[in-house]
Amino acid sequence: MMEEFQKTLQEKFKIAESIVVRNELRVKLVREELLPLCKFLSENSFDHLSCITGIDFIEYIQVVYHLFSYEKKFWVVLKVDLQKDNPHVPTVCPVWPVADWLERETYDLMGIVFDGHPDLRRILLPESWKGYPLRKDYVDENEIQWGEVL
Amino acid sequence: MILNMGPQHPSTHGVLRLKLTIDADTITRVVPYMGYIHRGLEKLAENRRYEQFTPHPDRLDYISAMSWNGLYCQTIEKALDLHLPERVEYIRVICFELQRIANHLMFFAAYTLDLGQTTMFIYPFQEREWILDLFEQISGQRLTYNYFRIGGVSRDVPRDWPEKVSRFLDHMEKRMKVYHNMVEENEIFLARTKGIGVMKREEALRLGMLGPPLRASGACRDVRRDEPYSIYERLDFDIPILEEGDSFARYEIRMLEIYESIKIVRQALTQLPDEKIPDGHDLIKQPVKVPECEVYCRNELPKGEGAFYLISTGERPEGRLATEGGRRPYRLKIKSPAFVNLWFLDPLTRGHHIADIIPINSSLDLIFGEVDR
Repeated sequence: MMEEFQKTLQEKFKIAESIVVRNELRVKLVREELLPLCKFLSENSFDHLSCITGIDFIEYIQVVYHLFSYEKKFWVVLKVDLQKDNPHVPTVCPVWPVADWLERETYDLMGIVFDGHPDLRRILLPESWKGYPLRKDYVDENEIQWGEVL
Repeated sequence: MILNMGPQHPSTHGVLRLKLTIDADTITRVVPYMGYIHRGLEKLAENRRYEQFTPHPDRLDYISAMSWNGLYCQTIEKALDLHLPERVEYIRVICFELQRIANHLMFFAAYTLDLGQTTMFIYPFQEREWILDLFEQISGQRLTYNYFRIGGVSRDVPRDWPEKVSRFLDHMEKRMKVYHNMVEENEIFLARTKGIGVMKREEALRLGMLGPPLRASGACRDVRRDEPYSIYERLDFDIPILEEGDSFARYEIRMLEIYESIKIVRQALTQLPDEKIPDGHDLIKQPVKVPECEVYCRNELPKGEGAFYLISTGERPEGRLATEGGRRPYRLKIKSPAFVNLWFLDPLTRGHHIADIIPINSSLDLIFGEVDR
């Protein structure tokens, strides 16, 4: 079933790389293909967006989406590589509303900009925070001024 | 008008600040601000060896520390492709379910306290105390247990422990009736929770709710059933479902889950195999080296679906992607259910009165160690 689904995706979309590991179908794709693919997935019972993650691989930043289908009982993991200096990717909020805060968190800690997000603000750190702590080259330059935090 | 609530408010269950937009007494919008106890655990994980990080997941949800501790160990075991002795799996499941009972009792206590029933606040603590005593016997701790190790548990349970657990379960089952009576015949409790903060099945699924609140809205989703881990496949239990989706249903669903947990622990106790299991001291001496891989591991925690996403760059000796030869994670993402469920405060409270924020907030069972990480 997973292999069939993998073939369908390969026929319909431009996919750079796709492999099956355990019950996960890992798909690497370019940014432009992300939104159409997400729409297709949500129409095909992938209604559970479990996690959005950003990973700093030094040369590039990767954004990862974990999707589960309770009907098909397997995962689709979407990966998009982004430029280090200006990482931005379209938001998936219209497809899965739960992405709202998951994307805000990724923006806050990893500095990935989600284009078209309704309310892209920092969520765990204060607005005045400088830098993105989960990046590997992050140096903490924040001296907390408690007046500013509030 | 804009009104500020928190961060030091007794019924926000930690440090949560809410910016309420109100029209007279009717809420039009709620904007939560959190991060007051953000400790950067994900960054911390990148700077700790695998075995050194085991106590930290306990601090995520300090009301159900066993569950997060177990999930972390399972994640590393999945990456190592490690198979555990049967007895360890059974002990883990017993601990998970006892922890679920303890968590729901704590939820119940806090919920009733928020609604002004100070007597009901103390009652569930008696049973929770009993569970803490049981955990203290096996781990030596009362709040953050750090009992599980990668590949096992820190030490085998004492010989008389299963007997004690089973005595507790008998008591717990009897006590449930008292709880039901004390709450469900209370007019104030009913008036403040029935029909408050309603979310129906389709909406809850579309917006991506998790855990007991989702099941209280009528959707049957539980990781223990849909993607079974550990030994849950062998156990016979039901997933309670309610249709109403209001604050009362979110209370009731947890009471029903306690019955199921009792059922699971009883089965696990009767099936508990008698074998020698590796000692925690020996386990901790062997360095954990994870090969190049990525693992996504999720569990049904008491508050909903939680997960760890581990990226390991393997045993490369040097270079910018090196992690001490695979002894540290390259990236460890923590997915917490309370973070997702907190988002629902805004859609659930819209159109209600300010006083209704309190039952709705409590019914979601949030914990800020886990939201802020």
